[in-house]
Amino acid sequence: MSNPGEFSGGFTTTNELSPNKPGVENRLGRLRNIFNSQSAALFLVLVALAVFFSVLRPNAFPTIANVMNMATNASILLVLAVGSTFVILTGGIDLSINGVLVFSGVVAGMAMVAVGGDNPGVLLVGLLCGVAAGTAWGVMNGFLVAKARIPPLIVTLGTMGMSLGLALVLTRGVDISDVPESLVLTVGSGRLGGIPILVMITAVIFIVGALVVTFTRFGRYTYAVGSSPEACRRASIDVSAHLIKVYMLAGMLSGLAGYLSLARFATTTLSGHLTDNLQVIAGVVIGGTSLFGGSGGMMGTLIGIIIPVLLLDGFVVLGLPPFWQQVAVGAVLIGAVYFDQLRRNLRNR
Amino acid sequence: MSRSEAPLIDARGIVRHFGHVQALRGADFSVGRGEIVSLIGDNGAGKSTLIRILSGTDRPDDGEIRVNGHPVHFDGPQDARAAGIETVYQDLALAPDLDAAANVFLGRELMKPGLLGRLGVLDKSKMVRQTADAMARLGVTISPSAEVFTLSGGQRQSAAVARAAMWATNAIFMDEPTANLGVAQTKGVLDLIRKVRDAGTAVVIISHNLPQILELADRIVILRLGRTVGQVSASAASVDDLVRAMMSGVLRSQAE
Repeated sequence: MSNPGEFSGGFTTTNELSPNKPGVENRLGRLRNIFNSQSAALFLVLVALAVFFSVLRPNAFPTIANVMNMATNASILLVLAVGSTFVILTGGIDLSINGVLVFSGVVAGMAMVAVGGDNPGVLLVGLLCGVAAGTAWGVMNGFLVAKARIPPLIVTLGTMGMSLGLALVLTRGVDISDVPESLVLTVGSGRLGGIPILVMITAVIFIVGALVVTFTRFGRYTYAVGSSPEACRRASIDVSAHLIKVYMLAGMLSGLAGYLSLARFATTTLSGHLTDNLQVIAGVVIGGTSLFGGSGGMMGTLIGIIIPVLLLDGFVVLGLPPFWQQVAVGAVLIGAVYFDQLRRNLRNR
Repeated sequence: MSRSEAPLIDARGIVRHFGHVQALRGADFSVGRGEIVSLIGDNGAGKSTLIRILSGTDRPDDGEIRVNGHPVHFDGPQDARAAGIETVYQDLALAPDLDAAANVFLGRELMKPGLLGRLGVLDKSKMVRQTADAMARLGVTISPSAEVFTLSGGQRQSAAVARAAMWATNAIFMDEPTANLGVAQTKGVLDLIRKVRDAGTAVVIISHNLPQILELADRIVILRLGRTVGQVSASAASVDDLVRAMMSGVLRSQAE
């Protein structure tokens, strides 16, 4: 029930898609582009960490309950990270995702309170309002970055403050807690076949994101805009329009994440997401997506989000102060960016 | 020119000024199918402005451009492209993180047929195949799946020329195509340019490398202070002739 073999069973999706077996890669030749050597190396780090914690705490770490717990903890961050991967691939950054998440959660919560009752229609109203609110912030970010040409760091730092501030204005600083119970019991903590619904929703978002970035023209333009905006302009690609779409996507996913957060915590968690943006950016960058834009991918992001979650869980299970996780993640982040820079310097020589 | 048929591209009396600066004061320029024409002139003679106008990235204040005898108005590079005119810029305009095939098809991606295509799914294998075919035809030995940042300077230049050659049904403009290249790489690119010409495409080259122009071009057009001051067959000119023409505006073999 609780040996290391069981544990790896919990990660079969990752395992099946991994490029470390040549046979698998040949069979899934068309999926090859999802991966690069960096995400393959990261996957090995992830496996090594999992084995390490499993060997030290075979009765606590590699259990189905613990794996599901980690997957749940990673879920909302991963939804945000799918959007941030697109943004960072364009060479941009979105610091506003946590503010937009909270704002959208507040809007969704207020909309559901305003409609009243507890039925699927109310839940749908909440979802649509939350996603619409997030999308609106995303469009604003995109417009300011692409058309007003303000650096994304500044634009999204500004909209982060604005969205968090407006969320506090709307609620007068008091969390909205009368979230429809059916939302909390299904999306928030419900399970289907033993798998949390939250994790399933996240998996769908992630898979769609990975397919879009790898196989579609939208994904190709995202890489191209990050790699050389000038080359895109010369090729008659509307760079501004694409940037607006990318930031809109990130905002939309932040809106969805706000709704999921509302479902999971049964409250708007006004002060519960203060470092989500930094955790997400760290995860995406650790996953090998370059802050300079143009290279990276969704598989790396998945692993880059899971590693910190796994570290935190492992430290807790080992009885170490969990604060060490922040120290470790910070060091890994710096290392990841350093290696990316080295790689860029080498190739530009 | 003693040609009877209409030139492929014929620009007459092109005028362009930026404020008080007269970049072009009535320049004439033409190029025919299967011909390499070099455009030369001192700095500020208006070469780059003329190329920008002919490739659609700038608009003339006056003058007429005809392609295959029909008057055209380019409102942007996409219009020039639609007229079968491609431009290879000095910075090459390649996306270094994308592979050669993705760069060749940048902005012109092929989509999968049917529903997948409508969902925005790329037909990557078809683009790779067509890129490989085009590269083979032009004798360029670059793997379509090689990312551009892994290529040497000469290979990048070849990739940019091959991309232009693949789409240019009429003409290719090139700005200093062999700048920053070594001897062997330069030879490779020059051979590639000749192949493009031999396939029937008109090639227009801006360059400061006069000996190379004399070796490569069929005809040389000299611009000075925004005007066309003369043209000469490359076989009938020397470096001294070209320098004199660029400086003084007088070409010995003007009658050519």
